Amino acid sequence: MAEPATATQAAAPAVALLKDELDIVIPTIRNLDFLEMWRPFFQPYHLIIVQDGDPSKTIKVPEGFDYELYNRNDINRILGPKASCISFKDSACRCFGYMVSKKKYIFTIDDDCFVAKDPSGKAINALEQHIKNLLSPSTPFFFNTLYDPYREGADFVRGYPFSLREGVPTAVSHGLWLNIPDYDAPTQLVKPLERNTRYVDAVLTIPKGTLFPMCGMNLAFNRQLIGQAMYFGLMGDGQPIGRYDDMWAGWCTKVICDHLGLGVKTGLPYIYHSKASNPFVNLRKEYKGIYWQEEIIPFFQQAALPKDCTTVQKCYIELAKQVKEKLSKVDPYFDKLADAMVTWIEAWDELNPTGAAVPNGKAK
Amino acid sequence: MRTPPCLLSLTLDSAVLNLSNITDLSPLPDHILIELFLRTLRAGKLTERVLKLFIATGKDEVFSLIQALNIQVTVNPVLPTSKCLPIKDDEIDIVIGALNFDLTSFMNVWRPIFSRFHLTIVKDPDLKEELKIPEGFNLDVYKEPDIDRVVGTSTSIIFSGYACRYFGYLVSRKKYIISMDDDCLPAKDNKGFLVDAVAQHITNLTTPATPFFFNTLYDHFTEGADFVRGYPFSLRNGVTCALSCGLWHNLADFDAPTQALKPEERNSLYVDAVLTVPARTLMPISGINIAFNRDLVGPALLPCFRLATEGKFRWETMEDIWSGMCVKVICDHLGLGVKTGLPYVWRNDRGDAIASLRKEWEGVKMMEEAVPFFQSVRLPQEATTAEDCVIEVANAVKEKLGSKDPVFAHTAKAMLDWVKLWKSVGGSSSSPGA
Repeated sequence: MAEPATATQAAAPAVALLKDELDIVIPTIRNLDFLEMWRPFFQPYHLIIVQDGDPSKTIKVPEGFDYELYNRNDINRILGPKASCISFKDSACRCFGYMVSKKKYIFTIDDDCFVAKDPSGKAINALEQHIKNLLSPSTPFFFNTLYDPYREGADFVRGYPFSLREGVPTAVSHGLWLNIPDYDAPTQLVKPLERNTRYVDAVLTIPKGTLFPMCGMNLAFNRQLIGQAMYFGLMGDGQPIGRYDDMWAGWCTKVICDHLGLGVKTGLPYIYHSKASNPFVNLRKEYKGIYWQEEIIPFFQQAALPKDCTTVQKCYIELAKQVKEKLSKVDPYFDKLADAMVTWIEAWDELNPTGAAVPNGKAK
Repeated sequence: MRTPPCLLSLTLDSAVLNLSNITDLSPLPDHILIELFLRTLRAGKLTERVLKLFIATGKDEVFSLIQALNIQVTVNPVLPTSKCLPIKDDEIDIVIGALNFDLTSFMNVWRPIFSRFHLTIVKDPDLKEELKIPEGFNLDVYKEPDIDRVVGTSTSIIFSGYACRYFGYLVSRKKYIISMDDDCLPAKDNKGFLVDAVAQHITNLTTPATPFFFNTLYDHFTEGADFVRGYPFSLRNGVTCALSCGLWHNLADFDAPTQALKPEERNSLYVDAVLTVPARTLMPISGINIAFNRDLVGPALLPCFRLATEGKFRWETMEDIWSGMCVKVICDHLGLGVKTGLPYVWRNDRGDAIASLRKEWEGVKMMEEAVPFFQSVRLPQEATTAEDCVIEVANAVKEKLGSKDPVFAHTAKAMLDWVKLWKSVGGSSSSPGA
């Protein structure tokens, strides 16, 4: 039976790794009470809060956290007309936080995710595990049957080519969830009571050429290596689709990582997902996505990026072009999405001129 | 104060625990027999073999109990989920290559799990001593004279060392084969219970695999896991799983340099997952703990890659790694699945990594050539059976790798010989892929 750790059980680490190089991006529309539980692990880090929904509402950040907060008015003000690429009334708005961050690494988490316990009962410092994942190499070219070979107590197995043992830099660390699993609406409707209680003690690299469903609930990435690919698409208010934001970012990211020789890991750390969303609401949001997915997946599986796409920007612009060419016929939405992908890159470049080292944004 | 259990009760409990060692129940007095029957039932240990033991006593009370409780003689094995295809015990063969002559402790420790099934034991032709095998198993044993008789002398395939088990694959007539090294014991799971490796392999082989899209919650057929949001619905049926690769506790399957560098390293991590290895992804498939669908991919597991200095320790071989890459490429081509993860077995300490280091470097060097070859090999659409695929791979090996090292050239020839052997000795040809 999965249970969250209580606040008193969570012990702060002796050293907060990457304290000045990592931002924690949190989209929220409700409140940030959950931060209290994460305090021992998160307090040393800078937070970027992206407030979705009504900008006139004040979202209270618990005392003692160093943060900057952006609501819709801020997003409109900062991006001007380019703000159209940032979703409204959907947690997809979180990618604004990636754009506005000045750090090398990003960790993003949902506001209904709490600290989980490992099988021994100890509170899991998810952030620390993500950092370990990001700082050690990935192995996308050959599968290691003992999973992450760089972990304590593990190694490459017999037959693993030595020339591939150095691995490649890790761009993404995808964590998992205990308790409420991340199911789509139809599965939720059929199995409303199913809970994930299985703690799979592994981190593994998703092989090159293989796509996966990337969930944005518990995710970390190297913003310098792959940030521009983490656009969470057009979702929510005024859009025909929802709950495919992280999926879209995941497929783009994986194709680009495969092209650039970067690694994507999945597995540990676990967080405790506490809130089950309404499956009927979800079904309405996902409905079109479930059909479109059948076209989108082959598109990404066959997407080939030309050799001269040597940066993430170039790859992403090229991908946007291909989306327009090949997916517009599925629905005009993809035409809009392809445009938004380009707007995203333009906005990113505007906010992140190359060479400039900028301090954190100001807290509200 | 509770009365402590009487001696008879304790004896009966002990008998239930040791049922796999009992071969005759007729000496038991009637009332004790009935009590034993009921306790066996309650403990969930009434297997077909045990039921036959009770029936063999000829006692009326036993028969009336069986009738009253409506116990059927043919019992399907209890599998963890209703999504499994029900399979009969007689569709399974456990193939053991005996590199050690004394199999007594190995067979005895596996007895509770193995005793239901047919076993094929193949003695390494290089082993001089007579095999010691305990009583009470349903098995066929093959030795060098049998191998010579069946295979003849004109083949280039050498069945010595770890390759001897492939003879077992060749002559078996069962649909599912489970094979492990003779220095493996049952492992314990994270709750401390002994792992039934056979049952887990069978579960893996009889539930679908999902090679075309990665599920982040791993195997969708276990309790509490399903396909996650974003997993395309059209891919949720999966494909047939043809190969199940298990893992190892204690002495993991490291190569000699790795084990020599970390002599104390022992694997104790229990990763509670089975996952499908994605299509077009290659991996080192270890022969230490493996199971497969012989009907679908039998000929693709082949004893053809022999290092010049191949020895009697796994560190000194690459035959299973080569065979594994062939199987994976063939499964990818035929649209079949390969799973990895559970079950674990416990592998005894054996051998000296540093001593093996001298021999191992040759295999390491060859992997550097072999891996790019397998990553790029493409099979024609007309190859629809495992035999056809092996022939295609063999020809590609000869063409692309033959000139790089004589071992590859020899392997290519051995692969073609293996297919010939399989066609003449292996029974009906394998079914076309899904």
